[in-house]
Amino acid sequence: MIWVDTIVQGVLLGGLYALFAAGLSLVFGIMRLVNLAHGDLIVLAAYLILFVVTVLGVHPLVAVLLAAPMMFAIGWGLQRLILTRTLGDDILPPLLVTFGLSIVIQNALLEGFTADSQRIPMGAIETASVALGPVSVGLIPLLTFASAVLVIFALNQLFYRTSLGRAFRAVSDDPTTAQLMGIRPASVFATATGIAMVVVTIAALYLGVRSNFDPTIGPARLIYAFEAVIIGGLGSLWGTLAGGIIIGVAQTLGGSINPEWQILSGHIAFLVVLLIWPRGLFPRAFD
Amino acid sequence: MTLLSTHGLTAFYGDFQALFGVDLTLGAGETLAIIGANGAGKSTLLRSVCGLIPAASGMIRFDGADVGALSAPEIMALGIAMVPEGRRLFPSLSVEENLLIGTYGRKTQGTWSLSTVYDLFPVLRERRHNPGTALSGGQQQMVAIGRALMSNPRVLLCDEISLGLAPVVIKDIYAALPRIKEGGTSVIVVEQDIGQALRVADRVVCMMEGRITLEGTPARLTRAVIHDAYFGARV
Repeated sequence: MIWVDTIVQGVLLGGLYALFAAGLSLVFGIMRLVNLAHGDLIVLAAYLILFVVTVLGVHPLVAVLLAAPMMFAIGWGLQRLILTRTLGDDILPPLLVTFGLSIVIQNALLEGFTADSQRIPMGAIETASVALGPVSVGLIPLLTFASAVLVIFALNQLFYRTSLGRAFRAVSDDPTTAQLMGIRPASVFATATGIAMVVVTIAALYLGVRSNFDPTIGPARLIYAFEAVIIGGLGSLWGTLAGGIIIGVAQTLGGSINPEWQILSGHIAFLVVLLIWPRGLFPRAFD
Repeated sequence: MTLLSTHGLTAFYGDFQALFGVDLTLGAGETLAIIGANGAGKSTLLRSVCGLIPAASGMIRFDGADVGALSAPEIMALGIAMVPEGRRLFPSLSVEENLLIGTYGRKTQGTWSLSTVYDLFPVLRERRHNPGTALSGGQQQMVAIGRALMSNPRVLLCDEISLGLAPVVIKDIYAALPRIKEGGTSVIVVEQDIGQALRVADRVVCMMEGRITLEGTPARLTRAVIHDAYFGARV
């Protein structure tokens, strides 16, 4: 029975990784932009939530509702003012610029919030658990997973059922022809990055409630997010969820054998999947 | 009444000057054919008009306003729709989504909607849930024309819509042009293949090396005159 418990915990952990990765997957799928500052933007959003909680004294869930539009604006401005200038045939400028952005965000957070570890306090719910058949699961991990499924479902609806989603796909296919349809690529990209930052804010809530965070932990979150996106298949949102679950399960299984193996086994699972399916589990039909 | 005109339009295709002071007019409700050999500047002319290529000098007027400095999305919103060379359907979108995206920058009530486009090209209705790029070349061209019509444009620009298609398919596609005209849309067709273009056009303009070399109604232009304008003086 301990194995069932381990796997269930791993699946739920995968939900957290999928939340880390969903925004990355969205931005990459639309504009082929690899954002190396994604992990640091999650940490930035966690500090923003904490700041709102501390200053206004509101519940973290209310703080998320206030932080999300702010993060949307930050994402929109970031894309419009900086990232859009790096897009082109050369893939190096976005990597260099977002790498620099990652350092800037980390140091700004160090200046503003010190290097002390922080948590987002959520009260009794933090330790509450529910019985799911033979296993007992924490309420927060369960909420994390449910949020991940909901976020990915919502992003999929947006992508495949709305006029904006059609514009996302059209610009991704062919930006020149998209302009002939009245689509302004720069504006569509800014909206996409804004939406990705809303997802980042949701991810940041669970990051901050489940564990301590400090200004330097962003890059490690980025690696898990990247692995989830890549083994899921670039641009596939449900694939990103599957990728997150695979890494989560591999980590808890490895950790249950020997705690030192937790991180390592996640990375090994990533490499094994790529060895068998080099384009990921759910690759696009064309690229 | 003149709806669209260019005055002394000069434009470059990369470093290469493709247009040398082109003066062109399109009347309301008129169908104009622009013919000429490969590299004559026809496509550059259309791409300048729809805002994809900036004009180096000269003026583009649409409905009394100077539109030369506007971007492609802004020009599309005014009612100039383009069927680009090579069809350029969006591979991630189904046939129906390709049609719907045509209204993104200009939402209007008018003759053209999903159902009237499907009436114009019935084969598209059966295949509306297929990916746009899974269709035959001729059907893809129908989608590209339908996509441009969905915004109920006042001017429809068609860039080489017969390119790479079988003669029987070209005939089918050109059969749709009179109905597009009936809807009140003015049309410019750019063609290398002059046969179909001459049949549907009210007026013909022939281009060579970035300049207009001949202009007239199809009835008054003989093959020999067109031949000269198309290839230069006969040797």
